[in-house]
Amino acid sequence: MKIPVSAIRLPNRPGREYKSRFDREQSMLRMLAMPIASVILASMVTTLPVFSAGPLLPPFGLLMFLSWRLMRPGLWPIWSGVPFGLMDDLFSGQPFGSAGLLWSLAMLIVEIIDSRAIWRDYLQDWLIAALLIMAVLLGGLWIAGIAHAAPEPMVLFPQIILSILLYPLVVRICARLDRWRLAT
Amino acid sequence: MAPPPHRRSGFSRKAQYSLFVTYVVAIAGTIVAGLLLTISVVDPAGFSALRILGTEVTAPVARVVSKAQQSTQAITHSISAYINAASKNVTLEKELKASRNAFIEVRALRIENDRLRGLLNLSDGDMQQVAVGRLISSTASSTRRIATLSIGRNFGVERAQPVRGPAGLIGRVIETGPTTARVLLVTDSENLVPVMRASDGLPAFSAGLGNGFVLIKPLNLGENPFKVGDIIITSGNGGLYGANIPFARVIRKTSDGALGLPFADPANTPYAIVMKPYLEEARTEQQMLAPDGETKEVAE
Repeated sequence: MKIPVSAIRLPNRPGREYKSRFDREQSMLRMLAMPIASVILASMVTTLPVFSAGPLLPPFGLLMFLSWRLMRPGLWPIWSGVPFGLMDDLFSGQPFGSAGLLWSLAMLIVEIIDSRAIWRDYLQDWLIAALLIMAVLLGGLWIAGIAHAAPEPMVLFPQIILSILLYPLVVRICARLDRWRLAT
Repeated sequence: MAPPPHRRSGFSRKAQYSLFVTYVVAIAGTIVAGLLLTISVVDPAGFSALRILGTEVTAPVARVVSKAQQSTQAITHSISAYINAASKNVTLEKELKASRNAFIEVRALRIENDRLRGLLNLSDGDMQQVAVGRLISSTASSTRRIATLSIGRNFGVERAQPVRGPAGLIGRVIETGPTTARVLLVTDSENLVPVMRASDGLPAFSAGLGNGFVLIKPLNLGENPFKVGDIIITSGNGGLYGANIPFARVIRKTSDGALGLPFADPANTPYAIVMKPYLEEARTEQQMLAPDGETKEVAE
């Protein structure tokens, strides 16, 4: 049986079928706010009632921030590590300013890598992210150790492994959000 | 993906300058963050207002999720109670009979203890409770072990008040907000708790390891009398944590002490009791002389 073309209805928004589908524009608000909101919400994950014996929950804010940066170079300004890091410090329990400093340094390092290795594939991005995650977590431990008594670095081992393994998932979430962000 | 071409400014003066400015801003921002960090290292309570603001803003969500978590736990618990109900009932009845006898003995001992203390004129610290709340979140991604309490100054919670759960000591309050407070758990490396062995009162102190365990070191170094399975309780020394609060169980001996597993698990504790400091007056006097976290020479 042939279905007449006029019987096919678009499944999404009802108003859409009468509107011109040509020359659409994406929503500016969605385009600009999506990445910012996603990083801040990811930083706030620690405030959910998740209790762990040691540091185990991956730093989702950092993962989200790095994956936006590596997936879409040029999206964040170079100084963006400072405000996002300070925001993360409000929720992470680290001394205030620790993520502000470390994320900003990570941002500058990615900037240097960007000027050296211009065309990279996904695995290289993962490697860069893995090294940065490890450096930021160990740096956070070091900073917490200056301000207060700190545990052995071995405590971080499970968290580092988990964060590195979760990075691909976060990149995929970012890619989904990015597609939705730029869709018209 | 390669960086977009506007990063390479070409011959445009304007583009070159604006690129240069972003680098200057980035480096200046990093230095500012470093300065903020220095301030918060020198004065750890400095930015507590900002942190408390963050906690207060996110607390409603945490409260709702934690409530939902608790009710699901309650449902699974009441379902699992039906499994092997008859045999459980028999064992419980046996245990009840045994513990009733023990309870009578303990009551007699307590009366005798009170009488002896009265003879010696020993004053006991009073462990009045301030308020009862719940733990609604923890810093699960940081090396610091800090939990958020669902009540704050609105229930009279103040800094440096011990917090305990039904199973044992949880920690102490370090920052308070209008409706939330932050609790430094006993598993944090900075939280030193004076403890003793329950069986013989052997004095020791405990420091968190940051991974859910505590390291218990005897005050008399050089000997290591702990055995696996020893029960550790707080001793009440220092005047902050009350005496005889269940604290931890020894699970392994180490070279200079023992590894303990705290009884109170923040993930599983149904409520948290905030209490007044054990010997409040003595502690206030001592704090006037030499506040916590500050070394000051005291004239002899």
